Amino acid sequence: MTRTRTRTTLYALVAAGSAFALAACGGSAGSAESSSSAATSASGGEGALVVYSGRDEELVQPLIDRFQTSSGITVQVRYGSTTELAGQLVEEGAASPAHVFLAQDAGALGAVSEAKLFTTLPTATTSKVPAKYTSKDGSWVGLTGRARVIAYDSQKYKEADVPAQVTDLVKPEWKGKVGLAPSNASFQAFVTAMRLKDGEAAAKAWLAGLVANGAKSFESNGDILEAVNSGALDLGLINHYYWARSEADPKTLRAQLKFGAPGSTSALVNVTGAGILSAKAGPQAQQFVDYLLSDAGQAYFVDETYEYPLVGSKGPANVPPLAELDGPDINLSELSSVKETVQLITEAGLL
Amino acid sequence: MVVLAATLVGAAAVAPIVQIVLRAGSQGWDRTAAIVLRPRTLDLAINTLTLTATVCAISLVLGVAVAYASTRIALPAPRLWIVLACLPLAVPSFVAAFAWASTWPRAVGFWPLVVVLTVTCVPLVTVPTIGAFAVADETLADVARTLGRSRAHAFVRVLLPQVLPAAGAGTLLVALYTIADFGSPALMRHQTLTTGVYALFRSGIDRSAAAAMSLPLAALALSLVIAERRLRARGGRRPAAARRRPPHQLSGPGTALVAAALSLLALAGVGAPPAALVRRSLIADRYPSTASDLAGAAATSLALAAVAASVTVLLALPISHLVARYRSRWLAVVESATVIGYAMPGVVIALALVALSLAVLPFIYQTLTLLIIAYVVLALPLSVGPSRAAFRAVPVSMDEVSRTLGRGPVPTWLRVRLRGALPGIMAGWLLVVADVLKELPATLMLRPIGVETLATELWGKTTLGAYGAAAPIGILLVAVGVVPALILARGIRTPGTADRSADR
Repeated sequence: MTRTRTRTTLYALVAAGSAFALAACGGSAGSAESSSSAATSASGGEGALVVYSGRDEELVQPLIDRFQTSSGITVQVRYGSTTELAGQLVEEGAASPAHVFLAQDAGALGAVSEAKLFTTLPTATTSKVPAKYTSKDGSWVGLTGRARVIAYDSQKYKEADVPAQVTDLVKPEWKGKVGLAPSNASFQAFVTAMRLKDGEAAAKAWLAGLVANGAKSFESNGDILEAVNSGALDLGLINHYYWARSEADPKTLRAQLKFGAPGSTSALVNVTGAGILSAKAGPQAQQFVDYLLSDAGQAYFVDETYEYPLVGSKGPANVPPLAELDGPDINLSELSSVKETVQLITEAGLL
Repeated sequence: MVVLAATLVGAAAVAPIVQIVLRAGSQGWDRTAAIVLRPRTLDLAINTLTLTATVCAISLVLGVAVAYASTRIALPAPRLWIVLACLPLAVPSFVAAFAWASTWPRAVGFWPLVVVLTVTCVPLVTVPTIGAFAVADETLADVARTLGRSRAHAFVRVLLPQVLPAAGAGTLLVALYTIADFGSPALMRHQTLTTGVYALFRSGIDRSAAAAMSLPLAALALSLVIAERRLRARGGRRPAAARRRPPHQLSGPGTALVAAALSLLALAGVGAPPAALVRRSLIADRYPSTASDLAGAAATSLALAAVAASVTVLLALPISHLVARYRSRWLAVVESATVIGYAMPGVVIALALVALSLAVLPFIYQTLTLLIIAYVVLALPLSVGPSRAAFRAVPVSMDEVSRTLGRGPVPTWLRVRLRGALPGIMAGWLLVVADVLKELPATLMLRPIGVETLATELWGKTTLGAYGAAAPIGILLVAVGVVPALILARGIRTPGTADRSADR
């Protein structure tokens, strides 16, 4: 009885599988001659705006929905990690179905820009954002700011105990107590900033000092915050919003934040941003990017993702305002020299 | 014809690897050498090897023990123990690791990771070994006992060699899974070659470094496959018709002890992770999923897994049929080729497929077809292994009888060989289903826009740090995975059922 039923099921599935394979072959034979238009058809739906988003669906889809309602434009979004999508864009080249790339950090935007995949944005768009927080050549525009911070275990330390300069983390008193995410784009952007502001030698010495001081490697900022919050780690280098948008009220967390000394590299503010991928993207892509920079778009980021707006001044709850942070004087479009940074981190033995 | 088909499947499976090697070489081999030949690679290789060896050794012993206990020892509710042995297949190792890490955040590292991987991987050994025990010939063991050998001696010298090929094939899968796993080593903070590949991959848009770093992994996978082939070649074929006895009866406390040990293992594998997730979901409530999102993702996951498994099983048939019947160097190469995809980190295969499909078949890029192809490449050995064993278990003499009765070769193959091997093929199908349900990196990169599976939903929550919201998805993923595990358990032939079917 059981055997018969099992066999029937298998036959049905095998039949379904064969039908599927045949359909796939038939489909490919039919569309072989029209492969040039394949990129658009593969993404499904003619006329839709295709966005590759390295930002989380939970965080940006509601905003995209609002844009769709207000503009009547259909947006299709592929979600992934920023670096993976940047890599995918470079791999796809001109064949990419994407029109807009929404990225979590300046380094990845710079890399796509270096591959000459972005079109230049109009000055009307880029001039909305302070020059410090956007690309030099107009290939992409900054959308929101995020501060580098040290998350600390508040059951063990008071805020004053925690160094305001990350360079102090190589001191013996912090031996084996510091966590970082060497493969994370934000950490790498920070090392790049240090290279640019304090010099190659200083950055190299800092990395070597961290390794010698037994710093612990994590896969992501989220993992670090989780470890600090559970008491498994004393200090961790992360971005402010992981804490600010945490699943519980951030003020009640065991992990609390220490912001870097104003003006120093430790106070680095990195950005998220967007670029338009091809000239054929049309005015819809431009409309989308402008919406993200509009008052409605910027207010959404402040309230929902707890990031610093780059247009307007009302900052997110629970953290000091952007002006008070006073990030170091670095042009973020220079953060694209990720390759050299990765080389440095690799040589230090962290990658 | 069949050889050609098998070769084509093997070639298709190995194409992504070729692409990776070419990519690694595209920046000049000295740059590849600079990435591969450095102290960190050695550290990571040692980490990977010690982890794999430990997990494999424990899984092998535990898997054989569980298989023996659940088939050869008389326990109340005999089917229950087989079901329990299969269930941990439903739990992705990253879910188990997450459950562990959120319960004991300080207890991470090598040994906790060994526990997590062993508990989730042991069914890969248990399941084929249960099948082997079910058909093992015990008359020889009886002979050994009458000659005055102890039960243990009879087990080691007579019974064990009969189940070792199946257990070895399962252990190979454990090894390949362990070296390619990213989620659980990352969560347990034990760096391996695979976490090294991910780190390089994520830190550079330039893929050649990551491709270079995955070469040692491919080499490791290949040597594991070769080692397993050597071991398998030494194992003899089992006799076609075997006599079996009913499971033997232990004392009352003995039975209770065995039952308790089996329950404990199942509890650790399939009970503890969801429990830890529930605990987690109680303390945080932001970013919840809607019921319709979850239902849609579950349906997509199941449909994709079913189709991918059917295609995989079909494509694996020529290879497993040939390998079961004939021995040739070429077949060995083809069979080994199918295994490498399984042992590579999903993200590496996925990227290779992005490049390959855009170069060769641009019109299937980001379609379900390409996603299914990726699943096939990643899961082929899960189907080849059990099908091969099943084909081999069909006695040649039955073929000959069918031919003497005037049936042609094709009807004979369909009616005798395929039918006889069906339970094994079905087992392979279910293993692929369970595997595809858990797949993440290739799904993220190759899915058509808007397609969500349970694994991508779960990923979306965990990248946010919304572990509370991730919990119900993790539980659903386990629940959906329990279905194939249950069917698999039902399909396993215990000694009793095997005897009945042999009578037919």
